[in-house]
Amino acid sequence: MKLIFEHGAPGRRTGAQWPQADDACTGLPEHLLRSQPPLLPEVAEMDVVRHYTRLSQRNYSIDTQFYPLGSCTMKYNPRAANSLAMLPGFLTRHPLAPASTGQGYLATLHELQLILAEVTGMAGVSLTPMAGAQGEFAGVAMIRAWHASRGDQGRREIIVPDAAHGTNPATASMCGYTVREIPTDRDGNVDLEALRAVVGPQTAGLMLTNPSTLGVFEQQIREIARIVHTAGGLLYYDGANLNAILGRVKPGDMGFDVIHINLHKTFATPHGGGGPGSGPVGVSERLLPFLPVPHVMRDADGSYRLADEDDFPHSIGRLSAFHGNAGVLLRAYVYARMLGAQGLRRVAEYATLNANYLMKRLQDGGFELAFPERRASHEFIVSLRRLKEETGVSAMDFAKRLLDYGFHAPTTYFPLLVPECLLIEPTETETCATLDAFADAMIAVAAEARDTPGRVKAAPYSLPVRRLDDVKAAREPDLAWRGPVL
Amino acid sequence: MPFIPHTEADLAAMLDLLQVPDLNALFDEIPPELGENVALDLPPALNEMEISRLMGERADADGRWLNFIGAGAYEHHIPAAVWQIATRGEFYSAYTPYQAEASQGTLQLIYEYQSMMASLTGMEVSNASLYDGASALAEAVLMAVRASKGAARVLIPAAVAPAYRAVVRTIVAPQGIELVELPYDPASGTTPLPEYADECAALVVPQPNFFGMLEDVDALTDWAHARGARVIALVNPLTLGVLKPPGQWGTSGADIAAGDGQPLGAPLSAGGPYYGLLTCRQALVRQMPGRLVGRTLDADGSTGYTLTLQAREQHIRRAKATSNICTNQGLVVAASTIYMSLLGPGGLRRAALASWQNTRMLVERLAGLPGVARAFAGAGFHECVLRLDRPVAPVLEALARQGILGGFDLGRDYPQLGHALLVCATETKTTADIGRYEQALAGILSEGKS
Repeated sequence: MKLIFEHGAPGRRTGAQWPQADDACTGLPEHLLRSQPPLLPEVAEMDVVRHYTRLSQRNYSIDTQFYPLGSCTMKYNPRAANSLAMLPGFLTRHPLAPASTGQGYLATLHELQLILAEVTGMAGVSLTPMAGAQGEFAGVAMIRAWHASRGDQGRREIIVPDAAHGTNPATASMCGYTVREIPTDRDGNVDLEALRAVVGPQTAGLMLTNPSTLGVFEQQIREIARIVHTAGGLLYYDGANLNAILGRVKPGDMGFDVIHINLHKTFATPHGGGGPGSGPVGVSERLLPFLPVPHVMRDADGSYRLADEDDFPHSIGRLSAFHGNAGVLLRAYVYARMLGAQGLRRVAEYATLNANYLMKRLQDGGFELAFPERRASHEFIVSLRRLKEETGVSAMDFAKRLLDYGFHAPTTYFPLLVPECLLIEPTETETCATLDAFADAMIAVAAEARDTPGRVKAAPYSLPVRRLDDVKAAREPDLAWRGPVL
Repeated sequence: MPFIPHTEADLAAMLDLLQVPDLNALFDEIPPELGENVALDLPPALNEMEISRLMGERADADGRWLNFIGAGAYEHHIPAAVWQIATRGEFYSAYTPYQAEASQGTLQLIYEYQSMMASLTGMEVSNASLYDGASALAEAVLMAVRASKGAARVLIPAAVAPAYRAVVRTIVAPQGIELVELPYDPASGTTPLPEYADECAALVVPQPNFFGMLEDVDALTDWAHARGARVIALVNPLTLGVLKPPGQWGTSGADIAAGDGQPLGAPLSAGGPYYGLLTCRQALVRQMPGRLVGRTLDADGSTGYTLTLQAREQHIRRAKATSNICTNQGLVVAASTIYMSLLGPGGLRRAALASWQNTRMLVERLAGLPGVARAFAGAGFHECVLRLDRPVAPVLEALARQGILGGFDLGRDYPQLGHALLVCATETKTTADIGRYEQALAGILSEGKS
């Protein structure tokens, strides 16, 4: 498809979008002005609408396809949440406008803080982190600040299981820590012996996802918490998989001191083609003073305002210029209110039901499960190791062929410790019929892999493009259009 | 059950296949002492009509204001097509384009965005965006320090937005990076050439700066380069419709440009979601955090787009990644790309000029009132600091009672400026709006006198 630039012609313009202005720059210093116009499209409004509408049609999305991307919780994003977050009163609110002019907005966020604290069993919540990874940063920075506040400066290490998301070790590094990786045992639990061997007076904390990225609940969580706490460390909960336990178990009850929640997963805010996300953090009582600012406070007179460093001098500080991804927070609030306590609990129940049902269908269809003896949480892993040995068809090939069947592929090659893996997360918003159709497609692709492996290895065939050359993309980076070739 | 489609018959059939009696049985691996069947104390559920009523009432209560606040978030006109297209389900509900063949819409759009942002800032490479302008500046600082073999020290002017400096502190402090604050000249409100001799990795140059003043970017750039430091430009992308792009500052141009993309199509929305722009020279691309989209070929030799140079990122490099960043602000970038396409080079120039001209008109009118004066002499863009003859806060409160948000009180962040107020008028303000502000302020100031 042409680029938007290639639809243009010099001098074409969208007259309705040009503000009234005197075109002269008299009064601005000449040497600070632009001499050449930027390379932006010169197109008509309809060109723009048609081009981007057509581009949108070259995407798979939840609204058009089943999207069982493991660890990403691609559930339906309610449309009401979008409409209500975009009401003019919220959309036109300047972030620095006085609190008195935004009591409706602030009351909403204050309630969201309380809802998230209740769901996670934490003492307090700050909504400001703009993504899961920023929530992780905030969490680890609070762990650091807590140790520092006690004069405990010798703790230089963060422990991370090998099944963790890449953001966990990357975050620990960004916070100035050395990462100690520990292995997983055969059943998908943390290897307790390995944990006991690495904890000590150098341990600042442990980062853990539960249920883990292996799709199983970490059963020894209480013992893990005891080991880490006894060594003087704190326990960090990566909320990536909170969808699996909503309303059934609270991370606070498992012994976690600090958590982040991905609202774009568990609370159904849109993924938007890669953001904006939102990664609020929650903490236990002893970490309250360190929460990132601002957060919403209710004063004695019942009015709401944003509390800042003046209220919380021990805060780890600010993470965004204003108050995080406010519009995403409003969407999450609408979702939480529409579900209520019972609805949230059902999320975990039906997400777990769908995962276990699909896992069973695939097991019955001949697929090798990574942890066949375990219950699935809200997701599970299929390993194509044997299929690859027999047919040469890799998890990547398999994923590309699924696209031809009209399904988005599961997550591939993550977690890294299961070879040729597909991490599959159906979510609670899919019907049994969709799960059946997907299982049938998986079984059909496996049959194709055995009968005509070449056909699977060259997939996809029915998408806007065939298999893309990633090596060429990396070796000869073409990262921007530089103008028409003359 | 909101958003859960299962019928009783579905449930029964599924439990039957799994050979379990009920849903509780699926949680039998969770140790019972972890409070199985925890009760959630939450307000009652609302249906769509009820939540619409509640949210509508709250949004209405927050009202509509005649806004003259800028200070990092700017009220610009957003064409109707921008969010109508951006919130199409195919953009709204897609994930990060890891399966490139099924994500060509998002990928090509990001490639177009990268092309536009690279050209707008006059740099060679743009990433797919970061969270917001403040965190983008922090990432630029980390990037400059990684690329530098010398001291982990960065010079940052006091004329950079205080909230931005606070965010940079939060994010870079754990890595032991030293931030040195450069003073501004009290007469011009701009950053003089630093009287600073020690080695440093980079100098941050804001344009326009937080006071709305235009810095002598050429001299500052050349000063830094002569000392072996890199230059991080902090820009408002809308003003680049008129102002010189960072890639052309000084003799050899800035090395990295960062800023907030909000003015290009994102509503004020109480502070977000916005997006952080980050562009750089080709030589620094492997130090760049965040996603990058590249153009390549498919198996048939046709053009396609894919995420590339991923060896920098956390999902590959883990503890050794350039950053822990995972998402960008995809949807806001979609809106922004549509915005830039609709305005084009001419429309963007007009939006920037109209904002500058309206601010100039506002400042002339307000500074003509007794008790009001410009704080700084010299050229500015679409914001300006005014000095009042009395404390700012009560004046702003009185203006708010007349439906006017009169600007941002600088008293807390810059007490040395006295009763200082930062005002902004974008292209959305008419002569009548500006007249209304002037009259209201005149009334308030004269009342105080009597």
